[in-house]
Amino acid sequence: MAGRTLYDKLWDSHLVKQNSDGSSLIYIDRHVIHEVTSPQAFEGLRLANRKPWRLDTNIATPDHNISTDKSERDAGVAGMTDEVSRIQVQTLDDNCDLYGIKEFKINEMGQGIVHVMGPELGATMPGMTVVCGDSHTATHGALACLAHGIGTSEVEHVLATQCLVAKKMKNMRVTVNGTVGAGVTPKDVVLAIIGKIGTAGGNEHAIEFAGSVFRDMSIEGRMTVCNMAIEAGARVGMVAVDQKTIDYCEGRQFVPKGEMFEQAVVYWNTLTSDADAVFDTEVVLHADDIAPQVTWGTSPEMVSAVTASVPTLDEQPTEEKRKGLERALEYMGLEGGQAIESIKVDRVFIGSCTNSRIEDMRAAAAVAKGRQVASSVKQVLIVPGSQMVKAQAEAEGLDKIFIDAGMDWREPGCSMCLAMNADKLGAGEHCASTSNRNFEGRQGNGGRTHLMSPAMAAAAAVAGHIVDVREFAGGDQ
Amino acid sequence: MKAFTTHRGLVGPMDRANVDTDMIIPKQFLKSIKRSGFGPNLFDELRYRDEGQPGADCSNRPLKEDFPLNFPRYKGASILLARKNFGCGSSREHAPWALEDYGFNAVIAPSYADIFYNNCFKNGLLPVILTEEQVDVLFKEMEAEEGYQLAIDLPSQTVTTDSGHVFSFELDEFRKDCLLNGLDEIGLTLQNADDIKAYEAERAAQHPWVFGAIK
Repeated sequence: MAGRTLYDKLWDSHLVKQNSDGSSLIYIDRHVIHEVTSPQAFEGLRLANRKPWRLDTNIATPDHNISTDKSERDAGVAGMTDEVSRIQVQTLDDNCDLYGIKEFKINEMGQGIVHVMGPELGATMPGMTVVCGDSHTATHGALACLAHGIGTSEVEHVLATQCLVAKKMKNMRVTVNGTVGAGVTPKDVVLAIIGKIGTAGGNEHAIEFAGSVFRDMSIEGRMTVCNMAIEAGARVGMVAVDQKTIDYCEGRQFVPKGEMFEQAVVYWNTLTSDADAVFDTEVVLHADDIAPQVTWGTSPEMVSAVTASVPTLDEQPTEEKRKGLERALEYMGLEGGQAIESIKVDRVFIGSCTNSRIEDMRAAAAVAKGRQVASSVKQVLIVPGSQMVKAQAEAEGLDKIFIDAGMDWREPGCSMCLAMNADKLGAGEHCASTSNRNFEGRQGNGGRTHLMSPAMAAAAAVAGHIVDVREFAGGDQ
Repeated sequence: MKAFTTHRGLVGPMDRANVDTDMIIPKQFLKSIKRSGFGPNLFDELRYRDEGQPGADCSNRPLKEDFPLNFPRYKGASILLARKNFGCGSSREHAPWALEDYGFNAVIAPSYADIFYNNCFKNGLLPVILTEEQVDVLFKEMEAEEGYQLAIDLPSQTVTTDSGHVFSFELDEFRKDCLLNGLDEIGLTLQNADDIKAYEAERAAQHPWVFGAIK
């Protein structure tokens, strides 16, 4: 018998029942809940006269629509100025209070973007199935979890039954060997992968990221990579357990201690793909080929090295590609052949479940230190991913560096990644953004998003245009 | 859940690849705590010239005249003809809610993003997968004929054109069964409550750290 992949192992260990029609019942260990995709699920539960199956599986927090402005945040839920958003956050609080679900409320220590909060509290641990009504749930796969996003009907299904009806996905392995160069970050690695396989490349697959580049990466870096699996079409992204995984988990709030921790570690160490495991699809990249990446279009696959130029219409292989490019260039206000570094930025956003952890804050601060935001840039938002990240950054004095550089140091939340709150782009504005989606209108109606790493975004803030951070780092301070 | 068996209706186009869920229903409408009422804001940024606000009346908003679903000939469309990787991006179930609320009963495309595809079935919206060539044929026929209709038959898994094409499509048995019968999936899963409890007891014995920590 051929060996099993990490995904096979996680699937097998959560299989409650295999049905004759080809579907399976899968057990869910951890359910993360936020304000936007849960109210209709709780309502459905009540209408059907049902209760949550288990309480100690759920963990909730508001993140998507809350203000990142300190004065508004200080006023709590009652002080939220957007009435529709206020009702949504209040509804989350009410539902959690009613059923006894653990919630980290708006200004409580522990609150944060769901995918920053789960791992940092140790609520997500290796070997778990983790779901959330949010497509970036694959983030938790960095800890060798089987983690994926679900819709609201499935949020209700998990609340009521602790299970999902699922069909096993195919196995894909993305291998990146070698050592990345200076200035090349996990964000660049994952953007390069998406550029290679496309936004539908991982459809129907669970991706395992393998090779020396991921082994050398920190756990937070692996989270950045797994986070964007969905941007390559895969609901699930994972990295196998190694000593870094175990070291990351040890001592966190909800992680067991003492003997039970040792027992868990023995199991966690089995969470790797067997050497003879067979993958349905293999993708291979080499670290030497990956430069800092920037998206120039309206889909994450529309990405290039910062040193490149915007593609031209005549180099497109198919009519469909040509039409897609034409539309994207029109929306982005760019010309084919234009150097990426010539793109001016109006705003900068450093945050989101992709890049708002302490290492991201440090990387941005290292570039911002002793420099000033270009006068042409209207706003630079630095939004830490959680209360814990914020507290840590402030303890290290990073907030001062940002403020001294002319940047805004904000309260934790999803913010301008999806612009459900007041943080948004105006029509036609270009944004250097560390978020995950550059779709039309994503960061504000008519807004133009360029995805990149935290260091690259900070460099763009200082330069006033997109710039190669590798050359920038050696410049005047 | 609403059942789907057969449907015949007017076809409307969404002629671009990688239509994402932000395009289908922009983020400002996700603040609602309801499941209904998203239809007027379906494709909001493509459809209207101004910026839509949640709760605002859409009946007098200025339309983008070049957006095909605004053409009089596609008014009342109940089948959306689309291109590959339809519904990519976020997991928001507001996307199928908006399509359904607008009046669509089915989408036909060469492929879908996984989460969107899954969400459709929970809402009585049938996502039909045909080949790119077949979708091309339907686009050509639709453009040539005003009032173009298609017949979709779920029991036989076919799409039939008035010109005589019969295209078969595949879907999972369990999804088909749920959709045909409008089954309550949670109710079905709860019929396995004993299996779930047995699994849980075994898991709690082997991996006790998964239980009890969060209070």
